[in-house]
Amino acid sequence: MTDYRHALIIILVMGIVTLATRILPVLIFGRGEKIPDYIVYLGKVVPYTAMGLLIVYCLKDVSLIEAPHAAPEFIALFVVSGTYLWKRNTIFSVVIGTVAYMLLAQLVF
Amino acid sequence: MARKTWNITKRDAAAALHTSFPIMATFIALGVGYGILMEKHGFGPLWSSLSGIVIFSGTVQFVSVSLFAGGSPVMAAVTAFIVAARHIFFSISMIDRYRSEGRQKWYLYYALCDETYAMLSRDSVPPGVNRSAYRLLVTLFNQTSWVAGSFLGGWLGALLNFNSTGIDFAMTALFTTVFIQQWIDSRSHIPAVLGLTATLVCRILFGRDLFLIPAMIIIIGTLTVMRGQIESDGGFGND
Repeated sequence: MTDYRHALIIILVMGIVTLATRILPVLIFGRGEKIPDYIVYLGKVVPYTAMGLLIVYCLKDVSLIEAPHAAPEFIALFVVSGTYLWKRNTIFSVVIGTVAYMLLAQLVF
Repeated sequence: MARKTWNITKRDAAAALHTSFPIMATFIALGVGYGILMEKHGFGPLWSSLSGIVIFSGTVQFVSVSLFAGGSPVMAAVTAFIVAARHIFFSISMIDRYRSEGRQKWYLYYALCDETYAMLSRDSVPPGVNRSAYRLLVTLFNQTSWVAGSFLGGWLGALLNFNSTGIDFAMTALFTTVFIQQWIDSRSHIPAVLGLTATLVCRILFGRDLFLIPAMIIIIGTLTVMRGQIESDGGFGND
């Protein structure tokens, strides 16, 4: 069943790492030392790689080979992208896309 | 320095509320979604609120749900780092601004999310408003609405009885909208393509449990090697 202890550990670990990304730069560079360009560069560019990584991560258990060959995922991603390009409204696209996916997964495939 | 911050006038509060309002509405709505997702995984409103206080990063929190069932702490740390790395840049660029904030600056850094950064890095404090109070309240209003929204979502999720199969797709949908927005906002698309393809290739080569660390090594390595080209293309949101 639900493993609360494990969930608590995950929340704490992710909380500490997230806090470190917010506080460590200040502790290290807060006294006016020159911040290495390379660190500034990574802080700026890594976020643009993170979303692609997360999308693949979220879909890691989906199989292209077995039926239904990720069809619900592709259709729902199309819905999300299409509505977002149309309205530029995150919540609207997330809700429409998720409902579409749930209907596809529960009723169609 | 630090003492003055606590003299918050009605005017300061009204100005901060005015700035925060659109973000508060978004945070409550997204928070409700997060709270429902958590509830459907067996974690009620108190868990969502706890996570909103301990982690306080929407993206990290959404991914954390998928790690509750069997994700290792190392994988959790690596994932959190990749997702949260942008905060390094946010915090660095606030160092000069927050230098005079006394003790409250530690709260301001801890709760510096994307939206708060966007609001407070513009330095557009309305006339006659105490800057320290304004910074504190904008940060606080944003975080409070996220936590309140996720609490509400956890509560609603328990009331609403529906087949939640497929609700996890909300995470994928959220990240897809951010991906598209980042694509629109940046001139160099190398990082976006790199993140997607390196991770996909590693998923195929290393299997579903081990692909994140090699993917991250390839991503950082490629960003380092291609730095000249990526920087000359430039055009990242916060330039």
